[in-house]
Amino acid sequence: MPSSPTTDAATGLAAYSEVSASDASLRRFLHGLPGVDQVGAEARAADLGTRSIKTTAKAWALDLAIQMVDLTTLEGQDTPGKVRALASKALRPDPSDPTCPSVAAVCVYGDLVGEVKAVVGSNVNVAAVATAFPSGRASMDVKLADTRDAVANGADEIDMVIDRGAFLAGRYKQVYDEIVATREACARPDGSHAHLKVIFETGELQTYDNVRRASWLAMLAGADFIKTSTGKVQPAATLPVTLVMLEAVRDFREATGVQVGVKPAGGIRTAKDAIKYLVMVNEVAGDDWLDPDWFRFGASTLLNDLLMQRTKMTTGRYSGPDYFTLD
Amino acid sequence: MARIDVRKTYKLYIGGAFPRSESGHSYEVADSKGKFVANAALASRKDVRDAVVAARKAFGPWSSRTAYNRGQVLYRIAEVMEDRRPQFEEAVRQSEGGTAAAARAQVDAAVDRLVWYAGWADKLAQVVGNANPVAGPFLNHSAPEPTGVVGVLAPQDSSLLGLVSVVAPVVVTGNTAVVVSSYARPLPAVTFAEVLATSDVPGGVVNVLTGDATALGPWLAAHMDVNAIDLCGVAGSADLATSLEVAAADNLKRVRRAPDAEPDWSAAPGLDTMTDFVETKTVWHPIGI
Amino acid sequence: MASTGSTTGSTHAFEYAPAPESRSIVDIKPSYGLFVDGEFVDGRGSSFKTINPATEETLAEVAEASEADVDLAVKAARRAFRGWSRMPGRERAKYLFRIARIIQERGRELAVLESIDNGKPIKESRDVDVPIVAAHFFYYAGWADKLEYAGLGPNPQPLGVAGQVIPWNFPLLMLAWKVAPALACGNTVVLKPAETTPLTALLFAEICQQADLPPGVVNIVTGAGATGQAVVTHPDVDKVAFTGSTEVGKAIARAIAGTDKKVTLELGGKAANIVFDDAPIDQAVDGIVSGIFFNQGHVCCAGSRLLVQESVADEVLARLKRRMGTLRVGDPLDKNTDIGAINSREQLDRIRELSDVGEAEGADRWAPACELPSSGFWFPPTVFTGVTQAHRIAREEVFGPVLSVLTFRTPAEAVEKANNTPYGLSAGVWTEKGSRILHMASQLRAGVVWANTFNKFDPASPFGGYKESGYGREGGRQGLASYLKGAEA
Repeated sequence: MPSSPTTDAATGLAAYSEVSASDASLRRFLHGLPGVDQVGAEARAADLGTRSIKTTAKAWALDLAIQMVDLTTLEGQDTPGKVRALASKALRPDPSDPTCPSVAAVCVYGDLVGEVKAVVGSNVNVAAVATAFPSGRASMDVKLADTRDAVANGADEIDMVIDRGAFLAGRYKQVYDEIVATREACARPDGSHAHLKVIFETGELQTYDNVRRASWLAMLAGADFIKTSTGKVQPAATLPVTLVMLEAVRDFREATGVQVGVKPAGGIRTAKDAIKYLVMVNEVAGDDWLDPDWFRFGASTLLNDLLMQRTKMTTGRYSGPDYFTLD
Repeated sequence: MARIDVRKTYKLYIGGAFPRSESGHSYEVADSKGKFVANAALASRKDVRDAVVAARKAFGPWSSRTAYNRGQVLYRIAEVMEDRRPQFEEAVRQSEGGTAAAARAQVDAAVDRLVWYAGWADKLAQVVGNANPVAGPFLNHSAPEPTGVVGVLAPQDSSLLGLVSVVAPVVVTGNTAVVVSSYARPLPAVTFAEVLATSDVPGGVVNVLTGDATALGPWLAAHMDVNAIDLCGVAGSADLATSLEVAAADNLKRVRRAPDAEPDWSAAPGLDTMTDFVETKTVWHPIGI
Repeated sequence: MASTGSTTGSTHAFEYAPAPESRSIVDIKPSYGLFVDGEFVDGRGSSFKTINPATEETLAEVAEASEADVDLAVKAARRAFRGWSRMPGRERAKYLFRIARIIQERGRELAVLESIDNGKPIKESRDVDVPIVAAHFFYYAGWADKLEYAGLGPNPQPLGVAGQVIPWNFPLLMLAWKVAPALACGNTVVLKPAETTPLTALLFAEICQQADLPPGVVNIVTGAGATGQAVVTHPDVDKVAFTGSTEVGKAIARAIAGTDKKVTLELGGKAANIVFDDAPIDQAVDGIVSGIFFNQGHVCCAGSRLLVQESVADEVLARLKRRMGTLRVGDPLDKNTDIGAINSREQLDRIRELSDVGEAEGADRWAPACELPSSGFWFPPTVFTGVTQAHRIAREEVFGPVLSVLTFRTPAEAVEKANNTPYGLSAGVWTEKGSRILHMASQLRAGVVWANTFNKFDPASPFGGYKESGYGREGGRQGLASYLKGAEA
């Protein structure tokens, strides 16, 4: 993952240093952001969803979407065997087609990072959820220990959850500080750090205004990625929520020079849906985000549909689930 | 020796004041038997111009008043008219002839009509407005709004009831009016203007010009700052009415066409006297969280 | 700017491949007659060509109805009126419901034909025009047997024969706005579609046949201004409904002066779209875009004057320009096209002329880099900044994808500038403050006020203007009043 343009970032972010001083200053700033009209935002997302992506554009989009998948399993019943199988699939999503790219990452609980790493090595990233995922309800020490443990196990990326209770109660400073602390916990002994994705659980934030505020709050606190959902709460990722987040990263870069990635997660199951997201990335955030370093899909079943559609594009006939691995 | 009476020259009513005609002209008003009664100001095109300016100036504040308040103001006109019944009866009888009882009945009807219209002020929007169930997440409603400055050529025959019947519906909805009274029978209109001046009607809301509708009508119909026109006062003059309608098209005035003959003013007016001079405004707003 | 169908000049990573809607679904005949008394008949006058404005190819020869043709159509409508007006409302309703259903069933065909003849993008004809057309017929179908409940008197009666003249910007939609309420109320119609866009009206005639609508209830006479004039001035036409330019609207008002004809006029506009500093800014930008670039700006209620609060003007403009850069201009039948072809060379010339005047008067002109097709009529989405109320582009209706940007400082100034026009069709307001929305909505002298949205249409929502934007309302309960006798709004 390329690092942010740090020199620009330092000066760009400096302008916002006062914002994070207190709940009051954060509130002033976050509530001073332009509002989001729900109906208008949803209409825009729906309109982008009507783009018709065909032939060469579709082939290109499918391959890009595969490369953007964070192949995910986050179940209590996950076992080393299960995640190793998933890791194999992440490396070679379509064993019958060597031109099929790998996915971006495998996303698991922190204790299973090593199992994945053993299979994928450095060819595919390993992402671990942390900070008392999915609820985030634990003491800060526990959340940080959770994070450090995953990083120590070799996680390339940490998917943390914010404390939605604190956010909804207006304790923005607490949310900010937790993100900052978690980011520090992502540091490795060699000075590098695991990339931090901050999950909002937008289904619990309820309003697009909250999604926009959470986005800016997380970005100011140093998130590398902002992510919609844990996948454990409905609704998970939606096009309009992702629209608002894409607008936020676009505006944030314009304001600070810092580029932040976006990851919709949960509920994206079809290639058709994935392409709608890519259209949105293209038209809202622009070219720079059309890259696995800056946009991801948190998904599991999506990958097989992408593969089926990809096969249809290359063979000219419809495929079926029997021809793709169920891992 | 009998007392020599003080002959009065009646003036115009523009912007809440009683100016003489800008032209300086007046004309003799006779009663129904042809006997001289008084001089009335003969309004000119420049008086039309001044009256439109006054009406335009009054439109914003008048249309912004609450409907309840406009209703109160109209009701107040009725109260003051009631107080001056003998004067109106005299004016009607002088103008139109007929019996005292007939004049009294007309004054009664005119006062009652004002009361009727006064009550509409805060009800019309409920009757002709709508909540529109559109197929989407939007609040959508339609409500009537006044169209603006309305030129009113008042009826030539019915000097009081007819006058009230064309003026009240225009102003109760929030329009302001430039009224050209009956040429031959202007005195009830002059008395009505005096009532307006001594009730709570803001200056400029109703402007009363005594004079010749056939001469003033073309100026009013062609005036680009007049939004609508009631051609009742040229009823029966089809060619003139047509030419006024043509002139009114220059800025697409809403036109209430001249009838072939003056209607029976005692009949129930119906809503279109008001709705002909209102605009339906529809407002949309998304519904979301 | 992305250019659909264009393969060169772009460095975008994600190039959308052409996604053309198939035109094989439509069957355009080489020539068309008039639709009179339930049959297609040859006109007695000459004929004219209708072309595809995106390619300039001739689509068909269409009869130009003469005065005699119009007379025959009015006579047919008069004959049909007797039966149609006396038919129980519930039966009339069923014909309208049938028509609505057929429109839905043939929706794709109608959409493709509309895009070919008009130049509008298929996504708009498919997702906006045709669905609202069907909805309009459904809406008024339901009224046909409920007219006594419309608040227009206990026993409202139809007017008779309605002469209807419609424009080229929404050919089928304007037809629906005219025909559906007229028929629901028991009137019969003679409709003249615009000269440059007659084809969907003729397909609609076929739909009337398919629905077994009694002959003469709907008559369609194609032609240009002279045909329209013959319809409007025909002595046996009881009701005139016109949508089009203010200039022609005034001519119609003069032409029918002194008659008993009832008239509704839906004319031009120069709507202000007012953006306050506390607006939901991304949605406001979307609203500005749909306000002026929807249907190539060929919209009477287009938000052609952007009034933006000075404190956010730079930010709004920057966002607007970025957004305009993603608009895709090109083949109307490509499903990804946002802006299609200008409807005619004449209209293109007018847009060019007024834009050149804007530049000459000192306004700054900007359009995203844009590769336009070599044949057909095209104009890029264009924004003028540094515009004042004194500029012609701020006063005259361009009727094209051209936005004038003005600034204001206070709500009072916004109201003053917004209302400072002879027009009064529509207006937009963008602010997150509820009480300000209600204040602005009450102060704006316009028949439709869109608050935090723009260019929304619905059969249940009355539409029509103040001042020189015309009179009467179409749509909703108010739309019935225009077609009933003794009816009160």
